[in-house]
This record gives sequence, structure tokens and C-alpha cells, in this order.
Amino acid sequence: MTLQIIVFIVIALFIGVCSVLSVTTSRILRAATYLLFVLFGTAAIYFQLNYAFLGAVQLLIYAGGITVLYVFSILLTSAQGDKAEKLKNSKVAAGFLSTLAGLGICLFVILKNDFIEPSFQPGELDVKTIGYTLMGMEKYQYVLPFEVISILLLACIVGGVMIARKR
Amino acid sequence: MEYTILILLLPFLSFLVLGLAGMYMKSKVAGIIGTISLATVACLSYYTAFSYFTGARNAEGVYPTITAWNFNWLPFSSNLSIDFGFMIDPISVMMLVVISTVSLMVHIYSFGYMHGEKGFQRYYAFLSLFTMSMLGLVVATNIFQMYIFWELVGVSSYLLIGFYYTKDAAIAASKKAFIVTRFADLGFLIGILIYGYYAGTFSFTPQVNALINAGFLIPLALGLMFIGGAGKSAMFPLHIWLPDAMEGPTPVSALIHAATMVVAGVYLVARMFPLYVGYAPDVLHWIAYIAAFTAFYAASVACVQSDIKRVLAFSTISQIGFMMVALGVCTSINPHEGGLGYMASMFHLFTHAMFKALLFLGAGCIIHAVHTNEMSGMGGLRKHMPITHITFLIGCLAIAGIWPFSGFFSKDEILTACFEFSPVMGYIMTAIAGMTAFYMFRLYYGIFWGTPYNKKPNYNPNVHPHECSLSMTIPLMVLAGITCVAGFIPFGHLVSSNGEAYTIHLDTTVMITSLCVAITSILIATWMYAGDKQPVAAMLAKQFKGLHKAAYNRFYLDEIWIFITKKIIFRCISTPIAWFDRHVIDQFFNFTAWGTNAAGEEIRGMQSGNVQQYCMWFLAGSLILTLILIL
Amino acid sequence: MVPMEYYLILSTFMMFVGIYGFFTRKNILAILISVELILNSVDINFAVFNRFLFPDKLEGHFFALFAIGVSAAETAVAIAIIINIYRNIRNIQIKNINEMKG
Repeated sequence: MTLQIIVFIVIALFIGVCSVLSVTTSRILRAATYLLFVLFGTAAIYFQLNYAFLGAVQLLIYAGGITVLYVFSILLTSAQGDKAEKLKNSKVAAGFLSTLAGLGICLFVILKNDFIEPSFQPGELDVKTIGYTLMGMEKYQYVLPFEVISILLLACIVGGVMIARKR
Repeated sequence: MEYTILILLLPFLSFLVLGLAGMYMKSKVAGIIGTISLATVACLSYYTAFSYFTGARNAEGVYPTITAWNFNWLPFSSNLSIDFGFMIDPISVMMLVVISTVSLMVHIYSFGYMHGEKGFQRYYAFLSLFTMSMLGLVVATNIFQMYIFWELVGVSSYLLIGFYYTKDAAIAASKKAFIVTRFADLGFLIGILIYGYYAGTFSFTPQVNALINAGFLIPLALGLMFIGGAGKSAMFPLHIWLPDAMEGPTPVSALIHAATMVVAGVYLVARMFPLYVGYAPDVLHWIAYIAAFTAFYAASVACVQSDIKRVLAFSTISQIGFMMVALGVCTSINPHEGGLGYMASMFHLFTHAMFKALLFLGAGCIIHAVHTNEMSGMGGLRKHMPITHITFLIGCLAIAGIWPFSGFFSKDEILTACFEFSPVMGYIMTAIAGMTAFYMFRLYYGIFWGTPYNKKPNYNPNVHPHECSLSMTIPLMVLAGITCVAGFIPFGHLVSSNGEAYTIHLDTTVMITSLCVAITSILIATWMYAGDKQPVAAMLAKQFKGLHKAAYNRFYLDEIWIFITKKIIFRCISTPIAWFDRHVIDQFFNFTAWGTNAAGEEIRGMQSGNVQQYCMWFLAGSLILTLILIL
Repeated sequence: MVPMEYYLILSTFMMFVGIYGFFTRKNILAILISVELILNSVDINFAVFNRFLFPDKLEGHFFALFAIGVSAAETAVAIAIIINIYRNIRNIQIKNINEMKG
């Protein structure tokens, strides 16, 4: 068992526990906090895959931006504090069962499937390459989606302001 | 000849105006509008007739058949289409004149008769509608247009018979008329469809080849069409609606049941006459037998009725029977060789329309004066109503067939045609003609002679008979005038079976026989009914009590129909069908509705608006699909 | 090195945990958090497939990158809507918003 596997298992356990806690805790603010931990864990996975840039983006946008947004909205909408939720047993059971079935089927498919030969080449992805790929206009280069995303974000800013604005 | 469109359009417009806006105008204005439009139509008809009959004949000496205008309404194939047009030929022109004349007289007469009635405007609107439909019927260029107007005639007669819609009897009579004629029209429609399918056209002049190829189906179609005609023309046993239809206002009876609607069947047979003679002579002779029986039956019933309008109604049935017989005894299209009956029938149609309208309008005057239909409330009225008396007498003489009144000429032609066909038929018809004279004079003496009305046991002291107003007597005088001179019209020159001019020559034997019979009958009637006391009639009624009662009850034909419909049709056919409908069909649909409802109730729970539930179903569905794919 | 299946198992687990949360939570914000979990697991898959199966290309990498951006946008709009709902009906329980028109 290599060190990498040990690190992965630690990260995986961390992510798994935190994600389960995030959907089962009865306090909404805690759920947001566990989500933050899950996102940190995901960033760690990216680092382990040697996608440092992706991990950084994950930390910046997800952990830094979105979670803060969540916390603020929770504080805005839960005036009486984080109220405990009573869940209906039947609903939980139905959700649990269907989820379990889905998990089983998906795992079955994944493990049964013959992927093309996986190969892991260690080595950091060059930021310069990322920059060129992101801004290039050739095949397998992504300036157009980049621009589309920028417009999408603009639209979201405008839409968010429009919707949330006091009338 | 585009102006002829006005003949149909004017009555229709006046129907629309009076029907929609009638209630906002004074009744007098409404009447004047209806009468003026009808007068215009009558003038146009006379002009059409004059210009047509004075116009040129074609090379064979036949008046040409003119289609004044025609447009293709529903084309089905290159040959088969439903057209809408205006056909001018001798019989349609003759009918135009008859209908517009009688209708105009009725319009004028109604001013007096319907004065102060509730719904005066509605009455004129219906009259206009009826006239329009009848005119459309006679000028139809094809049999389907004829059928459309035929049904319109049925509807408008229903409206007119049921004019006093607060009277139960009137409602029942209108329903009866409508249902019976509609029932007969079913045969007509089937006949038209068979004819249209096999002849490949709805026109009156189909391809000869198609008819020959169709074999027995063309006689079948023609026979079925005659059923429709029998319904409208009150042939036995579909005549039962006509006596009851007397519940309508009397001018309506004059218009519908004397002059126009009831001759629609005769007109239909005459219109299809070349086909009947050429392809279905047997059907034509059956028509003659049925019509002869009808004429006899109606005449015998008319001899004992006490309601004057019913006597006239049965006499109408009998006279329609004469016309049908005349058509039915034809054996060829040539008037010199067995085709005389066609001309005779049309001639009788023409003269009968005039004198029967006269008789009905006269009866209306009498009813107006004494406020009853029953002969027991009349008698000795000749001094009180001189004009009505004279005109009514002229009508009676005409229908009895006395020279020089019009009925004499047309009836003689019919009898001649019958004798040409077979002597038996001729003698039978002569006998029926004698019965006609008898019952008409029984009626005449019962009204104008005999015990005066104020000496009868059920004398109503409020009744003061008097001559009617001018608007009612003028039509009587006009119609009486026509009746006096119509016999001298050279009718054979205008209308004959093959279109060639035919000079009417009276057969001396037939003429003398029928005159003798008529005069004898009149004398018998005079002997029996003219006096104050009527011992002979009472004695006869007592002697043949059963026969008298049966005839008075119209030989129980209505009861037979009631029995057939109620006991046989309703019980044996309708009841099981109703049961089937209620328990099988309805239950099936109830079950469907219940199933849909129950399924909806079940599904409703899923449409909760709860996104989480939707997603769960979605996941379940996608999982099932995945499973199906991987397994 | 870590076998690829390990990563896939992790991401699948995470995804179904997110789905479970989506099914059972009552607070709309909590549901949104579950959605973030699902998206996150998909991002991991993109990165993993890119790294293991097509190491000399960058499609998965960029797809994950853009997905992060899109999810940020989605979250922003969703939270704006939630705040609007809160302003209208004074709570954000899912059972109270099953009518389309308030």
C-alpha cells in the first residue's frame, strides 16, 4: 500500500463522512459547514491528481465564494435560528432505498465496465499550457466557452439582482 | 332570366325581416310587408309564365327546359354534384303560378282572419318561409335541391300547424304531421341516395346507360321516392297527419293542405315521370292502385264527418288520390297513346288548388262567423253570408265536376285516362267522383240550408253570423272567378307528358256518364240533407250503425297506427333497444368514465407539486431503464 | 498510484449522498447544498477521466473548470430566488411552495 493510497483513503473518508453529515444534520448552518469540508476534500483530490490549477479554482470559487454565499443566505432566511427539521420516516426510507438501489446499480456498472487502459503519468500541469488552451481558438481550445461563461455570469449577476431586489 | 332569383329571395327576405324584427313593428306593417313581397313574387311568377308560354317552342314543338341560373354547391365527382338552381319548364311554371296565387290570396285573407291574433307577425313570417320553401321545391334543378326544400316545407308546415302553440291539440297535430312526413321522407332520402349512386347524378335527366345497368335498383329507388311523396301527399296509410293538421289556422289549411304542400308528392312523381314510365311502369301502376284506394277511403270517410274542415281535409286526400291515379295509369310518354294522365293530373292539380283553396277560405269565413267547426252549429247561413254562400257553391260545383266549372274539365280528363288504362279503373274512379259530389253537397246543405243555426239544440246565443270583411271576401271572389274560367284554359297546349301541344277533346261517353253520376249524387244529397229534417240520413245512419261509426272514426286507422307504434314498435323494438342502451352502452361509458375518474384520483396524488417526489420517480424510472439496458 | 476505480467509487458515493439529501431535506437551502454535492462529484469524475484515460488532452479539466463556473452562477440565481421566496412567504420550507403562483 503506497503512501498515495493512504492519503487517498484519508481524503476519501473525510469526504464521505462530511458529505453524509452534510445531508443528515438537522442544522442548516452545520450542513453548510460540512459542505465546505467536502469542497476542501475535493480540492485535495484535485491536488492529488496533479491538477493544481483546478484545485485552486475549486478552493477560490466553491469554498471561498459559494459557501460564503450560502452562509449569508442562511443567516438571511433563518431568522429563528437553525430550526431542527423533523423528517418523515417513510420519506427517509423511500429516499434511502432508492438511493441505495441507484448506488448499487451505478457501482455495478462502473466496476463491470472495461475502460480503456488507465495510465497515470505524474507531473504537474503547466499553467502556461492551461492559459494557452483557455484562450486559444484552435481545435481543443476553449475561448468560445470561456466567453459564453462570462456572459452567463453577467446574466446571473443581473438576474440575481433583479430577482432579489426589493419591490 | 336572372330576375327569377327574386322569386326565392323575396319571401326569404321577408321571412328574415318579419322573423327577426317582426315583434318591433305593428302587426299591420308586418302583414303589409309579407303581402307586398308575396305580391311581387306573384307578379314575377305571372311574368315568367307569360314570357315562357308565349316564347318559342323548339324544333320538336316542345317548350324548352330552361335553367335560369345554377351554381355548383357541393361537387362530389365530375358528374355527381349537388347544385342549386332555378329550372323553368312547363310544370314548374304552372306550379309557380299556383303557389304564388294561392299564397297571395291567403296572405290577403289572413289580414281579416287573423286580425288581432297574438303572434300576427310570426304568422306572416312563417307564411313567407313556407312559400319560399315551396317555390324552391318546384323550381329545383335536381332531386337533392328538391329534397332540401322538401324538408324545409315540412319544417314550415310544422311551424304553421302548431301556430296556436298553447293548444294541446295543435301541438300534437304539428308533431304528428312532422313525424309522419319525416318518416316517409326517410324513404325519399334512401331513394335519392340509391338513385344518385346508380344513376351517377342527382339531375332529373340521367344517362340512359347508367339506368339500364342499374337494373332493378332504379325501380326500387323510384318506389322509395314515392313513399316520400306519399307521406307529403297523404296517401293511404300515411294520410293520418292531414285531418289532424286542420288544427292550424284555416288560411294555413288552405295554403298547405289544399293547394301546395300536399301536391308536392304529385309534383315529385310528375317530375320523375319520364323515369317512372320508362324504367318502372309497375311502380307507377302500384301508385295508381294505392291512390285509387286512398281516394275511395277518403271519400267514404268524408261522407260522415261532422267537422267541416275535416270533410274538406278528406276530400283533399281523395282529390290528391285522383291526381296520383291519373299519373299512375299512364303507360307511355305520348299523350295520344296512354300518356294522357300526366296532363290530366297536372290540370287537376291546377284547378283543384284553386277551388280547394276557395273552399277552405270559405270554410274559414264560416268558422269566423259561427265560431265552431262542427256542422251541428251551422245551418241556414245562406241569408247571412251571401258572398261566402255563392263562392262556396261554385267551389262545390267545381269539385263535383259540373260544367262549366274547372273541376269538370280536369276530372273528365282523369276519367278518360282511367278508361284508357282499364274500364274497371274508370268505373271505380267515376263512382268515387260521384261520392265526391255527394259529400260536398252534404257539406254545402249542412252549412247553408237545413235547420237554421239558431234553432239547433246546442245554439250559442252569442253567435251572430255576418258577412266577413272585404279582405276575406275578395280572395274568395278572385278564386271563384278563376274556378269559373280555368277549365277553358288550353291546358294541354301548355303542359303534356312529352311536351308537345295536346288539344283537349272531351270524350262524350265519359263526359255524359260523369255528369250524370255527379248530378245524381247531388240530387241524392239534396233529397237527404236540404230539408229541415233529415229522416233518410238518420235512418241510414241507424241502419248501418257499425259502418257509420267506423267511417266516422276514420275506420280506426289512427288507432291502428297507435297500436302499431305503441304496442309493436315501442314494446318489441324500442324497449329492448332502450334496455340495451341503458344497460350495455350507458354502462360501458359509465365504466369508462368511472375508470378514468378513479385513475385520475390515483394519479392525482403523484401530481403534488412536490419536486422531490417527482425526482424520486425520475430516479426510479432511470434506474429501471438502466437495468433494462445492462441486463 | 491509486487505481481509477477508487476515485469513481468515491464520486459515486458522493453523488448518491447528494441525491439522498435532495430527496429528504425540507429546507430549500439544504436541497441546494445537496445539489452542490452532486455537481462536485461530477467534477471529480471529469478530472479523473481526463487524468487517467486521456492524459495528453485537457477536455475533462476544462469541463470541470467551466462546471464550477456554471454551478457558481446557478447558486447565485437560486439563492436570489430563495431570498425572494422568503420575502413572500416568510419561510423556505419546500412543502409551502408547491403552488406555482403565490
